[in-house]
Amino acid sequence: MYLHADSQRCSGCRACLLACSLHLFGENNPKKAALAIIPHFPAPGNYEVRTCTQCGVCTEVCPVGAIHRNGHGVYFIDAEACAFCGVCIVACPEQVIYVHPEVPAPFKCDLCDECTSFCGMNVLSIVGEEAR
Amino acid sequence: MKGYAGRILRIDLTSRRVWTEPLDPAMAEKFLSGRGFGAYLLYTETEPGLAPLSPQNPLIISAGPLSGLLVPGAGKLDITAKSPLTGGYASANMGGMLAAELKYAGYDSVVITGSADQPVYLYIDDDQVQIGDASAYWGLGSLTLEERLKRELGEDFQIATIGPAAENLVHYACITHDFGRQAGRGGVGTVMGAKKLKAIAVRGTRSIPVADLEAYRERARAMFAACRSAEGLEAWQRYGTSGVTSWSNEIGVFPTRNFRGGTIEGYENLSGEVMRQAIVVSDKACFACPSPCGKYSHVRKQDVHVEGPEYETTAMLGGNCGLTDIQDVAYANWLADELGLDSISAGNCIGFAMECYQRGVIGPADTDGLELRFGDSEVVFTLLKRIAHRGGIGDALAEGVKRAATKWGGGSEAWAIQVKGMEQSGYETHYAPSMLLAYMTCDVGAHHNRAWAVTYDIQMDRDSYTPDKAAKVIELQHIRPLFDCLGCCRLQWVEIGLDLAYYAPILQAATGVHRSWDDLLTISERVWNLTRLYWMRETPGFGRDWDAPPARFYSEPAVAGAGDGRKADWESVQALLDEYYRQRGWDRQGLPTPQTLARLGLTEL
Repeated sequence: MYLHADSQRCSGCRACLLACSLHLFGENNPKKAALAIIPHFPAPGNYEVRTCTQCGVCTEVCPVGAIHRNGHGVYFIDAEACAFCGVCIVACPEQVIYVHPEVPAPFKCDLCDECTSFCGMNVLSIVGEEAR
Repeated sequence: MKGYAGRILRIDLTSRRVWTEPLDPAMAEKFLSGRGFGAYLLYTETEPGLAPLSPQNPLIISAGPLSGLLVPGAGKLDITAKSPLTGGYASANMGGMLAAELKYAGYDSVVITGSADQPVYLYIDDDQVQIGDASAYWGLGSLTLEERLKRELGEDFQIATIGPAAENLVHYACITHDFGRQAGRGGVGTVMGAKKLKAIAVRGTRSIPVADLEAYRERARAMFAACRSAEGLEAWQRYGTSGVTSWSNEIGVFPTRNFRGGTIEGYENLSGEVMRQAIVVSDKACFACPSPCGKYSHVRKQDVHVEGPEYETTAMLGGNCGLTDIQDVAYANWLADELGLDSISAGNCIGFAMECYQRGVIGPADTDGLELRFGDSEVVFTLLKRIAHRGGIGDALAEGVKRAATKWGGGSEAWAIQVKGMEQSGYETHYAPSMLLAYMTCDVGAHHNRAWAVTYDIQMDRDSYTPDKAAKVIELQHIRPLFDCLGCCRLQWVEIGLDLAYYAPILQAATGVHRSWDDLLTISERVWNLTRLYWMRETPGFGRDWDAPPARFYSEPAVAGAGDGRKADWESVQALLDEYYRQRGWDRQGLPTPQTLARLGLTEL
């Protein structure tokens, strides 16, 4: 299972980012979200949504073994074990592992499904492995 | 203070001084924020009678307590100043991402006074605030500069710019943001131009605290769920405001050839359906908006991208100038955006000039040989450029229709469609009494935003001038501008029927302050009366003459369409205005009585 984004439908409002930061940190702050909306304006005039596909590259590259997969197939970063080397951030194919000055370790999507219910354009959905 | 960022950023461009002040809780209690702060600060911090283009005229930029929160459409920003167009109160509202970003940077309002001697731009990165050199940007178009600043500073900066129109002090220059969102009306961009402030760039990385996190999240979920299941959502997402164009023509309120009629032949080619199919490439939303009205378009012939045209631009640069090709209107829209012109005032001015030309009040000698014919798109394109650069006839039109009519004479005052010096926006009001009253009494001039009462005329009776019409206009004038105090969009309520009962509870969860919806409406009424006090203070002899309707609507009947042959009745309009004043607690001159001011807590002002 992973968070799938149909970028073509996105209108760039960022409600998903806010829902994400509220879930992860209990805060209103799109800079603390674990997905991204990249606007392409003035041309061609569309948005690109980047989400974690739970591909597992992060866990493969982590030199200290701080990234694990839970029973739901979700990769998560163990902040206590993390060495803050940043290798996972660079290696992530979707560039959706984030840092923020106020957060002690990198953070990523935990597949909570909160963002999907705030999207007015139905861009986001949780899909199964068969959708890859 | 929860829900708020808690600070006001102050900038004086003359001394290049930058400082912050804590937000005054008493001001927030009485005026909420957004438009409320703008009105209060403009009234209390300026000397009476200052020239709108003087350095002392403040540019007051305010988000609201809901801006940047998880509330549908929580991205609306108010920009207040003394209007160069009307000489009175100006408040323009803009969507996009800037209101939210300002809150994340830690500011509820930015108040800019003074003026720079060389072009500058304002750089705000959380606490780091700098006044940068903008000499290299002066002369650039609004959209061109936004693209450049995004490239130079980073995509995560939110940018507001002005174009050549503001640099040249065109009286209705706008401020542009997010490639197509404007603070359009009343010349707030002109004030920015007079300050030589070419752009504002903002990035914020902070969180906005709320009082009751769980209640807030629960209410946010309920609001978004209601929007997502709203019956009208799909059509609204597909067409946005362009869905209004055909309806407006069918009921005969679509401004046609300088407001002579309300239906233009061939309007089908301007419809939302045609636009969607012919030019729209994507849907474009403001912050946290589940129902994006922004339709982003590509105009093939000139190869430009533009947000829109939304309904108002289609009405004013389209029908009002006699254009019925959506591609032409979209290109005119792009020109207005890039040049930094309010497309409503610009379309009104061009329609006015075309009629003056048609009637022989002006001729080829005044237009450098340009034949100002209705329906000629090249003329519209040329005039937009001349207005923005004040070239030839553009110099007179840059001052608005009221001043152009005074200059040109020949009876043209009778077809200068304005109230208080502001050009009327996209509803033709020969045969819509409530909407006419809304335009007459709107606190910035003839703008539809405060009370979209035309639907009430259609719903009730277009011939009647009954007291309920005054009551409806007042009701709307309190509800709609309240959203401009809250810092969120009203269109989820207006267009997809989101229940107003959601707003007071989520505001309470965010701020921790209990206020009923009626309490909030009282704040809105307080702001309304304060703006009236501002007009009274700034305009010698201010009174009911300033609320007079444009003469065309009662002196000559509409041509063609559903309103063919109809006109407003002067005596009935005056009686309706009396009724409006009575219901507001104003005297027969339209001035708030001492009792009204006392009831609203405005006596000390």
